[in-house]
Amino acid sequence: MLSDLQELYRYRELLAMIAIRDIKVRYKQSLMGFLWAVLMPLLIVSAGILVRYAYAIASHKPLDTQDILAVAMKSVPWAFLVASIRFSCQSLLINPNLVTKVYFPKEVFPMAAVLSQLFDLAIASSALMVLLVVFKVGLTFQLLWVGPLVAILIILAVGIGLLVSAGSLFFRDVKYLVEVFLTFAIFFTPVFYDVGMLGEKGRWLLLNPVSPILEAFSSISRGQAPHWGWIYYSIVFSFILVLGAYVLFKKVEPSFAESI
Amino acid sequence: MSEIAVRMEHVSKRFRKGELHDSLRDLIPALTGRILGRSLDHDALRREFWALQDVSFEIRKGESFGIVGANGAGKSTMLKLISRIMKPTSGSVEIHGRLSALIEVSAGFHPDLTGRENIYLNGTILGMSRREIASRFDEIVEFSGLADFLDTPVKRYSSGMYARLGFSVAAHVNPDVLIVDEVLSVGDYVFQRKCVERMKEVIRSGATVLFVSHNLKTVTEFCQRCLLLERGRMLMTGSPTEVIQSYMNSTRVSHNEDHAKPVTISSVRARTVNGESVRFESGETVWIDVEVTAREFCQKLAVVLFVTDESYYDVFNTSTERLGCGSFNLDPGDTFICSFELRLNFANGTFHLNVAAYRYDTETEYDRWESGSSIYVGSANDVRGAVNCFPKVVKHEIVKANAPTPGLEEQTLVRGLSDIDAEEDS
Repeated sequence: MLSDLQELYRYRELLAMIAIRDIKVRYKQSLMGFLWAVLMPLLIVSAGILVRYAYAIASHKPLDTQDILAVAMKSVPWAFLVASIRFSCQSLLINPNLVTKVYFPKEVFPMAAVLSQLFDLAIASSALMVLLVVFKVGLTFQLLWVGPLVAILIILAVGIGLLVSAGSLFFRDVKYLVEVFLTFAIFFTPVFYDVGMLGEKGRWLLLNPVSPILEAFSSISRGQAPHWGWIYYSIVFSFILVLGAYVLFKKVEPSFAESI
Repeated sequence: MSEIAVRMEHVSKRFRKGELHDSLRDLIPALTGRILGRSLDHDALRREFWALQDVSFEIRKGESFGIVGANGAGKSTMLKLISRIMKPTSGSVEIHGRLSALIEVSAGFHPDLTGRENIYLNGTILGMSRREIASRFDEIVEFSGLADFLDTPVKRYSSGMYARLGFSVAAHVNPDVLIVDEVLSVGDYVFQRKCVERMKEVIRSGATVLFVSHNLKTVTEFCQRCLLLERGRMLMTGSPTEVIQSYMNSTRVSHNEDHAKPVTISSVRARTVNGESVRFESGETVWIDVEVTAREFCQKLAVVLFVTDESYYDVFNTSTERLGCGSFNLDPGDTFICSFELRLNFANGTFHLNVAAYRYDTETEYDRWESGSSIYVGSANDVRGAVNCFPKVVKHEIVKANAPTPGLEEQTLVRGLSDIDAEEDS
């Protein structure tokens, strides 16, 4: 395990190189260029606003900017997580040559997929920041929490990425399962709604390790400090997942070349 | 640091021929079946095969080592084990130092990126650091000869350019152990020579080089020691000459004696004055003994001998009839025996002796034995190509650029003019 990590460290430049390659290729291919990074979160935000609007009508409460801001601040990291999982899931399968012909630690593929999504996240966050500045909302010191929260999301994304990338290499239907899962996951995660809206039973949703992080983003958007209680749970969950996934990944890695 | 660069101990590798379960949809019913105590998939177990069995050898530091074997002998598997892409089923593989493989040199290329970007990408994939690549960048570009196309996406490259760029990057990795797999056939002749020169440079620099090839010419040119593989087993290790000798014997294609044929070639053997052999010196005389047996009455037969090179390109052919023996008739059970005497004026390489029983007037081929025997020709003065023209340098001198040769052009011109004058006069 330790020697595996040392080796990964030796290949850190390769990790960066593959992440840069993925970013370059993505932006070279698409005519829309950088708009692409903003489009996905924008879609999710619009959907969120629509849902919140419907909720406001149903509950006879006006829809305030605060709610829209919360939805926007949760949608951007959610879009990052979903795209990270989606791209890392294919990362080994779309590089069959490199998997079967050259030796290097193969975990760089799912990791680079997450890293390259981080670039999109940076663009989307910058766009969001510009909006916050323009509309003069939500600009508090609580925004500093975004860094550590994103770090937890990255660890979680790498953990899931390691699992699904190896899984999809051995079993062709894993990628369909992941797609279906990602489509419906948004209903089980408080992106468009807050856990509080579901009353007492809504706490069960916090068992989803992404929920406490998104709840924290929601708090930040209101200028409040996040509640750390459940976030500790997310941190522990993410670390255990990433370690377990890494050990499993390294265990099955030698048979990648024969199975792809 | 130990003196051993590569050590393999009792290495075996097993593959499953059929895909067992490649989707969860298949796996889950199979697992539940197993839990419920249903029978295991016995067919699947039977479909496995051993690509390598109990292979052990050591390569010393700085040695150039060849692995020879026919297709399917396990060469590629061996490479994948040495380059750690696969793990052996049993046994251990040890590598000391940085390893680089010239296998599929352009594996790391991305078609949408430019040549420049791909040099960095592929270099990193092959284990170089950014700084190393930057310091050798100009060298790599010069070697590839693609300076004008550096900012073109490689998807617009021709396949030759693609391979050249790949090789150029891979050849500049400066590894401790270098694996070379048939890649010396990249690009045009000039580039190939460049690659060979680069290989020799790498060997001279003290790197351990591992060649995998069925091109025996390359193996004898580069290797000090060879390993012969046959169907996953180690037949022998030894000097290239010894190994090639037994490789030739092992690859002799067995000839199917088809009972439906009226005439069959029953034996093809090459020998020198000292007896049967597969290794000859260029210019040596060889006798090729052929036996043809008839099952039915056949007339006007001739024995045709084709000599082909490694790529089965016809380099020489002759026949009993063309050599003036006339044709022959055979009754059922008769055997026709003949011996050809040839001077082997061939350059270094492997040659296949193919024999056919042929009837010229009806243009029917009764039987044909492809590579009935294979021979290896070696020459002392390192002649390359297909034939040996027994070259000698009969004159060599240096004409100094600043030596006084006054009015040479003028003289010839004057002489030319005077010749014309002379013609007109007459």
